[in-house]
Amino acid sequence: MKKFNSLKGIPAYLPIVNIDTDMIIPKQFLKTIKRTGLGKNLFFEMRYDNQGKEISDFVLNQSPYNESKILITGKNFGCGSSREHAPWALLDFGITCVISSSYADIFFSNCFKNGILPIILEEEKIKELSEYANRKEEISVDLNEEKIVYGNNEIKFQVDPFKKKCLLEGLDDIALSLNKSDKIENFELNLKNKKPWIFND
Amino acid sequence: MSTTLYDKIWNDHLVDQQDDGTALLFVDRHLVHEVTSPQAFEGLRNTNRKVRRPNLTLAVADHNVPTTDRTKGIADEESKIQVDTLEANCKEFGIQLFGMDDKRQGIVHIIGPEQGFTQPGTVIVCGDSHTATHGAFGSLAFGIGTSEVEHVLATQTLVQKKAKNFRINVNGQLPLGVTSKDVILQIIGKIGTAGGTGSVIEYSGDLIRSLSVEQRMTICNMTIEGGARAGLIAPDEKIFDYLKGKPMSPKGDNWEKALDYWNTLKTDTDASFDQEINLNANDILPMITWGTSPQDVITIDGKVPNPQSENDEDKKNSIQRALKYMGLKPDMAAKDIKIDKVFIGSCTNGRIEDLREAAKILKDKKISSHVNAMVVPGSGLVKEQAEQEGLDKIFLASGFEWREPGCSMCLAMNADKLKPEERCASTSNRNFEGRQGRGGRTHLVSPGMAAAAAISGSLDDVRKYQN
Repeated sequence: MKKFNSLKGIPAYLPIVNIDTDMIIPKQFLKTIKRTGLGKNLFFEMRYDNQGKEISDFVLNQSPYNESKILITGKNFGCGSSREHAPWALLDFGITCVISSSYADIFFSNCFKNGILPIILEEEKIKELSEYANRKEEISVDLNEEKIVYGNNEIKFQVDPFKKKCLLEGLDDIALSLNKSDKIENFELNLKNKKPWIFND
Repeated sequence: MSTTLYDKIWNDHLVDQQDDGTALLFVDRHLVHEVTSPQAFEGLRNTNRKVRRPNLTLAVADHNVPTTDRTKGIADEESKIQVDTLEANCKEFGIQLFGMDDKRQGIVHIIGPEQGFTQPGTVIVCGDSHTATHGAFGSLAFGIGTSEVEHVLATQTLVQKKAKNFRINVNGQLPLGVTSKDVILQIIGKIGTAGGTGSVIEYSGDLIRSLSVEQRMTICNMTIEGGARAGLIAPDEKIFDYLKGKPMSPKGDNWEKALDYWNTLKTDTDASFDQEINLNANDILPMITWGTSPQDVITIDGKVPNPQSENDEDKKNSIQRALKYMGLKPDMAAKDIKIDKVFIGSCTNGRIEDLREAAKILKDKKISSHVNAMVVPGSGLVKEQAEQEGLDKIFLASGFEWREPGCSMCLAMNADKLKPEERCASTSNRNFEGRQGRGGRTHLVSPGMAAAAAISGSLDDVRKYQN
């Protein structure tokens, strides 16, 4: 996984609440057996018309937002399906930081597994930051310091310390868990005694 | 200390607990399907890792499979590659797979319970948000992403943080024609699609206890639509009777031991919850969704909302957006919404009792001439059972199509989908924009309500057709 440390750029603002993962990446693109190449289909139905032409008033079709690395969006972002294709599509498009007032649990967790930082801020702060998006001004995100700097202001945000460490160091959490193999083995031995029916063997 | 059912299952699966609250949780049962697993297996191959417990893993292809004649295989090239890839991966890593020609094949959340793979007190995961379904058995069951699928395959554990405890009590009795689908739609309407975020919801109350195992599955299934990770119902005799003798259920001595354990799976009477709400079942009416989120619910006697009567700017905008997408006018009566298609199936309502409920309404009736309707049984075994009971004949005689099992038009990954602006009464779980096909318009309803809509040609009140 690619490390996430800090980021500077003009954010794109998508003021829609309850954006579900079907909207982020529709099902016809879930047929892939790869993790890459989904960026062109990000927000497919909002981004392209029935003939496949770009819809010009959709924010990510406009310059400079077509190169945004930061997406500011309405609450409950990423609800619905567990598809990890949603963060894969964001990542492939180039978005590595999302800012919203809330996220659906599975999407939130999926982001961290892919080097994407989902930041939670109060609605009021979201509105403030969206002004920067509208004025095409840059903001900076610093994960280590847990802060966003915009103009002469800064906002602090909070990240789970374990998730933060994984992002900063680009850690593979499977390797971390495999380091606990002894504990897993012990657990399984106990389980076999306590609940022998679990193993079916 | 008094604990909830969720606390008990959580504590019983802790492999490791870090100081920062991050836990490593043991996974007893892992269900795998073709859409969210290929990248996980690829990851294992790239890192030379094995599947730690293949016999705690069960795989099936469901999202992509055709529901028409399967003898010629899958026509869509990409779908075929995905289903073939699952088969190859299961072979390589030694995982049991129900192939497309196996009569046990079906929707992953239907076959788990059917086989007795789903058991009380277990932690069950699957790369699919509707894994919540299995919570009906008193198991902690939740959807995960593909990276987590890979993590479970490699370690049989998952990195998790404890969620909050949320209880929903439903007491009373459901009026005639009202089902558990209406109960969960009502709940989602009440708490909203983010109402359960960060929580595990336990359902209790005498109405919940009175529900059949399958009706409970419908409620737990759509818990994710209320934003919660999982839905739970304490297991009881109905669950034990359901599981007894299933192919993968415990046998002999193990059955007795399991039963002893399962009987301990309940929330202590004085346990506390972070959040709790109460509902009276007697007040619940047949529900429909009018908009593009499962929280957009009204009763069948109700009217589509008017954005002008909404003060909150976000809500006003989202009502306007939904009305435009759905092609509906403010204040329109639910019963005036004319439909083109009806879909009965999915992990929410594709089980035998759902088909019986719809068939009861359709018996000796014809569906409206402008309606195109289909039934997609949740599994090969559901299909077989329905055919033994003659339900297929009732559906066919009424004008419905009778299909092969799979996810089908719930998410329209296979050939079953809506055309732009086509309107569907659907027993599935999501009415998101484009969910059943680009530009397609979905109204979520119970199986009985879907049958009533098929007959009337518009959304209609199932109670009209109750004998």
